[in-house]
Amino acid sequence: MMEFLKQPWPWYIAGPVIGLTVPFLLILGNKHFGISSSLRHVCAACLPANIKFFQYDWKKESWNLFFVAGIAIGGFITAAWLSDPGPVTVAPQLASELSTYGVTDYQSLIPADLFNWPELLTLRGFLLMVVGGFLVGFGTRYAGGCTSGHAIMGLSNLQLPSLIATISFMAGGFIMANLFLPHILSL
Amino acid sequence: MKKTFQNPAPADTIELNTDFEVRSLDTVCLNESHLQHPWWYNLKYAAAGILFGIVLVKSQVISWFRIQEMFRLQSFHMYGVIGSAVAVGMLSVWLIKKFQVKTIHGETIEFHPKQFNKGNIIGGLLFGFGWAMTGACPGPLFAQLGTGAWAVSVTILSAVAGTWVYGFFRERLPH
Repeated sequence: MMEFLKQPWPWYIAGPVIGLTVPFLLILGNKHFGISSSLRHVCAACLPANIKFFQYDWKKESWNLFFVAGIAIGGFITAAWLSDPGPVTVAPQLASELSTYGVTDYQSLIPADLFNWPELLTLRGFLLMVVGGFLVGFGTRYAGGCTSGHAIMGLSNLQLPSLIATISFMAGGFIMANLFLPHILSL
Repeated sequence: MKKTFQNPAPADTIELNTDFEVRSLDTVCLNESHLQHPWWYNLKYAAAGILFGIVLVKSQVISWFRIQEMFRLQSFHMYGVIGSAVAVGMLSVWLIKKFQVKTIHGETIEFHPKQFNKGNIIGGLLFGFGWAMTGACPGPLFAQLGTGAWAVSVTILSAVAGTWVYGFFRERLPH
């Protein structure tokens, strides 16, 4: 059993479990699955600055902050006790492309060659971590949700705006990964 | 953390904003419950988050490499994860509506339609750019941090900053 748990899980186990989060949260207390709102609650709690968008009772939505804290704890538990020590397997075409950018460390799911403190002081690292993070936060709120709120919860509830948002997420990702990212990674 | 309402607005203003801002334009990630519970009731959501976080890591959804494979059509994995998650979610919501399933506290489960606005497209594209760069959407960012990738804290803070800047410019952006 432990041996199985330590292997990377296939999509046909992970996907349905992620999908079950939707009814799980609804049945636990009428909560609509979504993660990016936590970022807004942090703004409302720490720096509302008289901005109307952050003037609401964030404490009423604090379940969402407990949920994301749980996600981080889940990440910790997995890294500490359930992780597979072997290197990450990556599609050969991707590995050969990445090697041209000097990305060769496959020990972690988060490439150590790109996401670390010293790299933050380089243009490449700054773009990936700081600008990338900013786009995630700005874009998700502008779009009204992220992959969880739109792609999973919204599509589960058959919402057309969520389908449009999901298509836009994917289009943005394809454009960035294929047109711009090769140049950023070459920096 | 600072005190919440440093600029106390009249109670009715807050109520109004809650209705307009949270309810109609951003009907995601919401607390639809009308019950008042002590804070520790929220621990059940932390437990749900822990399970969710474990799945995100074990299925490699938090992997920067997996996201690159997805956007380069080099692997089916992420399509399988998202596709089957949506299929199970759809079936669950359909069943909940059909049988009018109630919460464990006996409340009726509520759904609200979302309204389309241009932000779904413009914001969606910007989000997609960030997703491909960081190799993570918001959920995986928190899970990555948990696994000990401390530099990701910068990405999360930056995402909070992005959300704040959106709030600041919201009235002037096309919607």
